[in-house]
Amino acid sequence: MTNGYEEIGNSRDIAPGDEDAEGGSIAQRIGGYLAGLGLAILLTATSFFVAGTDLVWQPSIPVALVVLAIAQMGVHLVFFLHITTGADNTNNVLALAFGVLIVILVIGGSLWIMANLNHNMMPMDQLMRMQR
Amino acid sequence: MAGVTMAYPHSDPPHLRGGAAHLGPAPKRIVTGYGFWIFILSDMVMFSALFATYAVLLGQTAGGPGGRELFDLRNVAIETAFLLASSFTCGLATIAADARSRIWFQSAMAVTCVFGLAFLAIEAREFSSLVARGAGPTRSAFLSAFFTLVGCHGLHVSAGTLWLLTMMAQVFAKGFRADIQRRILCFALFWHALDIIWIAVFTVVYLLGSAT
Repeated sequence: MTNGYEEIGNSRDIAPGDEDAEGGSIAQRIGGYLAGLGLAILLTATSFFVAGTDLVWQPSIPVALVVLAIAQMGVHLVFFLHITTGADNTNNVLALAFGVLIVILVIGGSLWIMANLNHNMMPMDQLMRMQR
Repeated sequence: MAGVTMAYPHSDPPHLRGGAAHLGPAPKRIVTGYGFWIFILSDMVMFSALFATYAVLLGQTAGGPGGRELFDLRNVAIETAFLLASSFTCGLATIAADARSRIWFQSAMAVTCVFGLAFLAIEAREFSSLVARGAGPTRSAFLSAFFTLVGCHGLHVSAGTLWLLTMMAQVFAKGFRADIQRRILCFALFWHALDIIWIAVFTVVYLLGSAT
């Protein structure tokens, strides 16, 4: 009787931070960390370069910095924390997705509300002058 | 047939029991690691509140100095390099622990510790120079948010360094037992997560903060 449960049961989960059981030799694993280190250095150096340069259209710099930071977080998650899209990692990815959702709600919501507030409120110094 | 049903009155009906039933609970390494992963994610949610505070208060300098005058990006680049290098050597320590090589584990952890302490020393020097220049946390809402956010990350790195020394001592005294290996896994998760938060710190606080 094959009902599909056998296949699910055989694919054990992996603890977050653990590499795949068939991860390979020590040299291969060190190579993985080296690749992550190289990519992280590249992205960090680009971030610091973009922040201080006049070669880029200035209003695009904040967006570029945020994109570079998110890319580097991805590199760290994949190469250092070994979060993958594999079936053995589903639980770890779902927990991460929930965390990311809350982070986006907190940061995005705060910025949105406070920007609206600043837009609709009289500047503080004028408000102070009126009270006198 | 009736007897079988009586024996498991509260278990799943047969068609749901399936192949997973004889697998039993997940190994302790997965349970521990997953639980610690949840803790790390909730820690990141806490940091997101501090980041939101900083982003909202970025312009509220109360006539005092802003990020452009205060931040020394060369210092921040050195801090970033130390923390990234320590994350890499922490990965090497994980591999050494899996290979059960004491000498490589202890030396990789020692290098990680030195990099972490170098990061903390640079950060402490930056904080004290800011306070000496009259730009302490009480100067403006912007500086309060800055010291809370960056200081909180610094506290995490300090706690991580203490944990690192504890792990070195535990491996020295007890060897690579299964419970010690689980603690090494959790420590590695914690240390790599600190580096991920630092990416957000140097981007949002220093690079974006000195642009405005």
